[in-house]
Amino acid sequence: MSVLVYTENWDGKFKKLNFEQVSYASEIAKNINTSVVVVSIGNVEETELKKLGDYGAEKVISINEIKLNKLDNQAYTKVISQVAEKEKTTILVFANNYTGKAVAPRVSVKLKAGLVSGVTALPSNYEPFTVRKKVFTGKAFADVVIKSPVKGLTLAQNSFGLIETENKAQIEKFVPELSDEDFRTNVEDVKKITGKVLLNDAEIVVSGGRGMKGPENWGPLEELADVLGAAIACSRPVADEEWRPHEEHVGQTGKIIAPNLYFALGISGAIQHLGGVSSSKYIVAINKDNDAPIFEAADYGIIGDVHKILPELISAVKEMKAAEN
Amino acid sequence: MKVLICISNVPDTTTKIRFNADNTAFDTAGIQWIINPWDELALTRALELKETTGDTIEKITVVAVGLKDAEPTLRKALAIGADDAVRIDAEPKDAFFVAEQLAQVAKDYDIILCGIEASDYNGSAVGGMLSEFLNIPSVSSVSKLNIENGDVKVNREIDGGSETLSTEVPFVAIVQKGIALEPRIPSMRGIMMARKKPLNVLPAVETEALTEFVSYELPPAKSACKIVDTENVKELVDLLHNEAKVI
Repeated sequence: MSVLVYTENWDGKFKKLNFEQVSYASEIAKNINTSVVVVSIGNVEETELKKLGDYGAEKVISINEIKLNKLDNQAYTKVISQVAEKEKTTILVFANNYTGKAVAPRVSVKLKAGLVSGVTALPSNYEPFTVRKKVFTGKAFADVVIKSPVKGLTLAQNSFGLIETENKAQIEKFVPELSDEDFRTNVEDVKKITGKVLLNDAEIVVSGGRGMKGPENWGPLEELADVLGAAIACSRPVADEEWRPHEEHVGQTGKIIAPNLYFALGISGAIQHLGGVSSSKYIVAINKDNDAPIFEAADYGIIGDVHKILPELISAVKEMKAAEN
Repeated sequence: MKVLICISNVPDTTTKIRFNADNTAFDTAGIQWIINPWDELALTRALELKETTGDTIEKITVVAVGLKDAEPTLRKALAIGADDAVRIDAEPKDAFFVAEQLAQVAKDYDIILCGIEASDYNGSAVGGMLSEFLNIPSVSSVSKLNIENGDVKVNREIDGGSETLSTEVPFVAIVQKGIALEPRIPSMRGIMMARKKPLNVLPAVETEALTEFVSYELPPAKSACKIVDTENVKELVDLLHNEAKVI
């Protein structure tokens, strides 16, 4: 038996979300008396692979094949399923990010594993195996039972902390069986956003809505993001008006995020918007309308003109940061 | 080429969510049902492609797994412009169950579009599962879909960027925001025509769900928002730094 974690890497490096996955899997493994095996696909150095052991991975299976440098859902599915069969896996843990959403459902069909996506906590019960997730885009929680012998989960980002343990990780190379038939998509071009904090990774997110009045007013918002080391987001009308790119849209039909701190600037807080940000640990709202629904979701608020408040907020943050150093 | 759009029948996204007395089922009383927003964008993109690529696309079909009460949502898709509709007669129990049902229809199509998730159970699973049942390629988080000289080109979003891909057909595109800008609204003429378009009902295949939603809970009420005076913005920074400890 084993709990198998698939950890994606970014240019050979892991992120916090991978360590969250491994920590989560280790807690499950302890409960069912088995061990955590991690599968990594791509060119990742041994020192980086070894880091997964800090969170409880006992075996790290490294697959480094040039053909697998770019994500092909079918090929990745075959590789992960081969490892799962070899390791007699009963529980698989993916991240609930783009790659996890692309691969986990396919793997789950291949292994006939019931799948629950966006799990937010450890199983509340093992017999029957019951996990909790958010439904109706953050408006409620549901407890879901997985009835199949093999079980698949994708873990919601920033919902489970890191648990460090004694490093016992063994690294093992594995060469999967693959044929050309397994590769039927071809990545022709890659565009990477560089020098910006990514929305899904950000601890702090600064977001603007229609109250910002126009794309020309984003300067101070960007400056605030910059001094806080935050990522930038926006509400749906802002993306629809093309004031900002749609990748920045957070909300029900955009990105669902769970940062530690979310600034809603000139955002009224329609129910669809709140669905995308309600998992934030703290929400700050600045809006001139004191009836705006965002104040019901917010922890801290200022009722006033965002254009006047932003420059003051930036200097206050700078002052605080200066006093810290 | 034949295009299939898999549709989920979901509660309107502004719905206030309620459950039954023992919190074991979603209370559907008074709910307005809509096409899942991502599926609606997928349909819109399929129609745009049909209009702009000559006779490349011969037919656009919409399919849903659902009981009779899902038919108004399929009729709406026909009114928006789909050529025909299929309802697979079963209650959609879980993603695995739904994907296996859809596979029986999808096997006859070249481009199969699914929304990246449904706004009710947020499973993000049906499209990927369907592609594995059919053993065909899938591309997820698709934000652009084009057909150039009969070849399919897609863009997918990745963490920190985007990629352009080519793929064989048949394939499943699991689409997200960006695939089309605004969903289309049915015209009066569209609504009239939709009544005459075929809506075929197929029996469900024998299969079982692997997961079961057993109970629900609403999130605890949030404590009141602390309002900081406009004249004292510095206090907000103090609170975030010293009380919340998040900056």
